[in-house]
Amino acid sequence: MKWYETLNEAAETQEPPTVSMMISGNCVELLEGFGAVPIYPEVNALQLAIRHQSLDPILFAEELGYAADNCAYVKADIGAYLKGITPTGGKLPKPTLVLCNFVGCNTYLKWFEHVAEFTGAPLYTLDVPFMRTADPSVADIKYVVSQLQELVKLLEGLTGRKFDYDRFKEAVRYSARTEEVWSNIKHLARSSPSPFDAYFDAITLMGPLYVYRGKPEGVEFFELALAELEEKVERHEGVNDQEKFRVVIEGPPPYPHFRTFRDMFAKWQACAVASTYSTVGGLWEFGARHDPEKPFESVALHMLAHNVTNRNYLQRYDQIKRYVEEWGADGVIIHFVKSCRLFSAGQGDMRDYFTKVLGVPTLYIESDLEDPRYFSEAQLKNRIDAYFEALEHHKMTASPSD
Amino acid sequence: MRFAAGVDVGSTQTKAVVMREGAGIVARALVDTGANVTKAAENAFHLACRQSQIEPRDIGFVVGTGYGRYKITFGNAQMTEISCHARGASYVFPGARTVIDMGGQDAKAISIGADGQVLDFVMNDKCAAGTGRFLANAADVMGISLDEVGPLSLKGTRPVKLTTVCTVFVESDILSYLSMGKKPEDILRGVHLAIARRTISLARRVTIEPDITMTGGVARNAGMVQALEEVLATKLQVSPDAHFMGAIGAALFALEREDESFESEVWGTPAGTQVAQD
Repeated sequence: MKWYETLNEAAETQEPPTVSMMISGNCVELLEGFGAVPIYPEVNALQLAIRHQSLDPILFAEELGYAADNCAYVKADIGAYLKGITPTGGKLPKPTLVLCNFVGCNTYLKWFEHVAEFTGAPLYTLDVPFMRTADPSVADIKYVVSQLQELVKLLEGLTGRKFDYDRFKEAVRYSARTEEVWSNIKHLARSSPSPFDAYFDAITLMGPLYVYRGKPEGVEFFELALAELEEKVERHEGVNDQEKFRVVIEGPPPYPHFRTFRDMFAKWQACAVASTYSTVGGLWEFGARHDPEKPFESVALHMLAHNVTNRNYLQRYDQIKRYVEEWGADGVIIHFVKSCRLFSAGQGDMRDYFTKVLGVPTLYIESDLEDPRYFSEAQLKNRIDAYFEALEHHKMTASPSD
Repeated sequence: MRFAAGVDVGSTQTKAVVMREGAGIVARALVDTGANVTKAAENAFHLACRQSQIEPRDIGFVVGTGYGRYKITFGNAQMTEISCHARGASYVFPGARTVIDMGGQDAKAISIGADGQVLDFVMNDKCAAGTGRFLANAADVMGISLDEVGPLSLKGTRPVKLTTVCTVFVESDILSYLSMGKKPEDILRGVHLAIARRTISLARRVTIEPDITMTGGVARNAGMVQALEEVLATKLQVSPDAHFMGAIGAALFALEREDESFESEVWGTPAGTQVAQD
């Protein structure tokens, strides 16, 4: 709310400067060097969805010509902007810069072109090479760093403020600490029972993560959360009365039906112990961190390698496999999102890999992350119930060595 | 001598089966689901009770399944039809390892273990192509009854190639073939093969292992069974009880839990006060 209040103020006074950005693989620390505030179109979209306000803007965007199978985030965001709707009822400023930090999701290229067109704000696209190999090359890092340096000059011109390198470095330091604490929280889910749901609760925690990364408030918030969750581990307190199943969830949630979807798992006393969606902002539980000693390089590295969106499918397979093995999960749930090609294309093969190659019970279900019309409650419930019925039977009949 | 029942409330028809411990199926009943799901479940259940000449109170445990399972007010427990079809198929055909279930609005493939446990399953999503509804639409547009489409399709020798498997657009496809003078049996053969190909491509996402059994209402359609066998290039096992397989599985689960019910005197409360647990 405080973040939205700041944006509302910026809409009135044009201060502080604001920059529209993508969540995944962003360089929010760089904005701190200008005292600028990020605007996240996808957060606006998902906030509308979870508050059951996404359908009107989606329909409005479709009237304008956006196709039925376009990304529903785009339609909700553009439709809401043009209709003057915001999740909190306040105002959103005209961004000082529309910064398309293109990491893997090619929809963003067009989305941000449209945002720039409709708001009249200048557009800069950061071209971040996709992960073709296990690690990014030196040339990849240099390529992104050179763009970040160009961006600094551009923002100096647009904001009329000189780039504060020390403040940037400090922000990178805060980010590194927030990542450390967030990673520690993620590792608490290895406990049985897990003190929090690493899908549903982690999604809730993603809000402060995105808004406060690079700030002391981020460190403070997550340190508090860590302490609270550590106490829950001590008390052996889980998410449900009893933790009957531990699962890994892949894919974004159906935000318009978030609670209903959560209840479908809660009914089975199933807890997500890890999720890929909670690593869209950054993948830190395997050790990667920003480095205040190399601020530009580490921001570039984060954009290239340490967010799930810019990583290739085999890396995502490996990420999920590690979650299953190291976090002690019984199975994997894949939630296919109809209007998100980026996250969903290839999930059929992913299902095959986990089911047939690794022998991990895997459920594949479909709905949408933003459009409330693609949520068939009875069908989803049926599949989820059948999956846990089978898993329950498997657990009952499995030998102790299984 | 104890009894248990399974009630399968499907999108089109509701099936009830009564089983007796050690004696298998003693009664089966079938009614149209219609708009009142609760009533349909009650009707099917009471019909099966009458056929088995036992009082509803003598049924120790009732498991509900199918899309309407939570609307069964007298049920003691609910299971998905996926688990129930697997269990029923394994009971009728102990060698079954794959179940292809085609119902009114969905088609599913279930990979099962030796004891009838579900190993994996896939279902159609968001689209009724390849389900009983597709056949019903084809029958409607051709002006024949649903019972006739299967046998008639078997007479087709030159099946047409449908350009769509969409349950809605298939009507215009069929009309266009009729206007071209194609024979109804060739059109229907094409319809059945189109559904069979779509269903099998869905089913291949689970591991298809023999024996393969077909369950669900569409299993009564000989043309569909033959089309699936042609696409799979293997014989299917189809029980005369294929339509009741979900209810049979539910009744088997109910038999296992029958003792719980007698102990809890579930039938001791007035009718209509049993609320299905969700």
